[in-house]
Amino acid sequence: MILLWLWRRWRRHRADAAEPDAAPTAFRPTPIREGPSAAARGPLALVVHQARYDLLGVLRNGQSRFFTLILPILFLVIFCSVFGNGKVHHVRLSTTYVPGISALAVIASSFVNLVISITAQRETGVLKRRRATPISAWILIAARTLTALGTSLVVVAVLLAVGRVAYGVKLPTSTIPGVALTAVVGSVTFCVLAYALTTAISNEDAAQPMVQAIMLPLYFISGVFIATSVLPGWLHHVAEVFPVEHLADGLHHAFSPGAHGSGIVWSDIGVLGIWLAIGLAVALRRFSWLPKTASG
Amino acid sequence: MEPVVSIQGLRKRYGHVDAVAGIDLEVQRGEIFAFLGPNGAGKTTTVEILEGFRTRSEGEVNVLGVDPAKGDAAWRNRVGAVLQESNAEPGLTVRESLQLYSGYYVEPRAIDETIALVGLEEKADTIGTKLSGGQRRRLDVALALIGDPELIFLDEPTTGFDPSARRTAWHVIDGLRELGKTVFLTTHYMDEAEQLADRIAIIAGGRIVAEGTPETLGGRNRMAATIRFTLPEGTGAADLPPELRALLAGEDGRVTLTTDTPLVHVHALTGWAIDRGIDLPDLDVRQPTLEEVYLELTRSEP
Repeated sequence: MILLWLWRRWRRHRADAAEPDAAPTAFRPTPIREGPSAAARGPLALVVHQARYDLLGVLRNGQSRFFTLILPILFLVIFCSVFGNGKVHHVRLSTTYVPGISALAVIASSFVNLVISITAQRETGVLKRRRATPISAWILIAARTLTALGTSLVVVAVLLAVGRVAYGVKLPTSTIPGVALTAVVGSVTFCVLAYALTTAISNEDAAQPMVQAIMLPLYFISGVFIATSVLPGWLHHVAEVFPVEHLADGLHHAFSPGAHGSGIVWSDIGVLGIWLAIGLAVALRRFSWLPKTASG
Repeated sequence: MEPVVSIQGLRKRYGHVDAVAGIDLEVQRGEIFAFLGPNGAGKTTTVEILEGFRTRSEGEVNVLGVDPAKGDAAWRNRVGAVLQESNAEPGLTVRESLQLYSGYYVEPRAIDETIALVGLEEKADTIGTKLSGGQRRRLDVALALIGDPELIFLDEPTTGFDPSARRTAWHVIDGLRELGKTVFLTTHYMDEAEQLADRIAIIAGGRIVAEGTPETLGGRNRMAATIRFTLPEGTGAADLPPELRALLAGEDGRVTLTTDTPLVHVHALTGWAIDRGIDLPDLDVRQPTLEEVYLELTRSEP
């Protein structure tokens, strides 16, 4: 409900600004280089080429911008305002909000946004047209994953910066590898799961409610909004089956002042890896580039 | 020279229904070929088999020397496709969309030149999803052209367009002829096929029912011509000379005669009319239109 209200406010604000037909001057790519095409420069150049334009698509979409870039930061501000930023056991509350909301940010970029945009692109024939060109499937998937990974990491970095400047969050130092590895593995896992989930969604209108129906309950029981320590034990065990809990737990651990070493929780990385494998198996077997509601 | 597209005994079965029931076709290099038929006749199924999107149940298919079911990147470099339904790339302008697609090909065409070819110069910096239907279709054509393919598939390129947008689209497609491209076009508009194509095949119920140039399709050039005119008050078809009365095909205010030798019979008619001092202001002699041929051919199918 809060999400919807915020979204509508945002929409109204955007509508007041009256979007022109031409591309906004922000987010313009640098002019393309003369010389050999990306395809002529090899598969890695092609992944980067595709990712640049995918990123442009994400940044130019008001809904994507709001849900992936702005909402996580709003959540941090709201949490610190509503629940206060006192100290519990010498740790500021904001220090516990940042990792939970970082998990949310990774999922927003890598899963929510991806499921919605891939389903829409599949149903409107955008993916089919790309498949009619020489570009390989793995390049399209790698580029979209790279885009999601990039936006995930940027939002996490912004959350850290806002937390540090505005709320005095204690930044991890020796545990930076834990934060980075968990965020990267989490992002890739949720990207693959997004591709897997789209195979179960028949049209673009169903994508948004489907994703929210899956994720909202998981956010509440996985330590994203509420610490898992206040949950009844059985509920925590249920949450532990799913990847959200392990992404959030890995990040919480890397942020906690008691963490030592590199801050990597290998059991969390392991469970994420299992979900990655499951997602990959489903996506490889079932993912389709063609519209499900095709006519003719 | 080897044909660009060749199909032998192509069949596509869905359950117990043959959407495509055994067709043979050849398209030569540089030809604009129209695949004409009503909705559900099997046009899109056939084209999607040729594009490599669908598998076939039976038959041999060869596109640029390759079986499309096994088409690899090298083959896709040589083929362009304008799909029946595909939105613009979300969030990208016309120029950016073409920059994106030009990266997919080893030797793409120049971007600005391609934009000019489809007449979108003034819209080059407009977001693709904000173009009108006709403009978006021309962007589709530009995206199919950017890889400089030898063969282009156009699946119902003007469905749902207003007359002026259709004219513009036709002009763009006609321009492909000058580039020496081979074009495989599907359409359910007779006038579109007649306007653009060098050769037309009519498909109905999954079978090809006629094939030929727009002039000869369905034996149109050998079909009987019709002579139509209105007689003045007080004169009836019964007053016509016997040789013309024998040709009478209808009289409902206007008299209709059908003849294999229109010149001779028009001469007889005008001679008779002048003798009687009658004028025939709406005299009209014509061959059956492609539309009449088409409706006749597609109606006779079960």
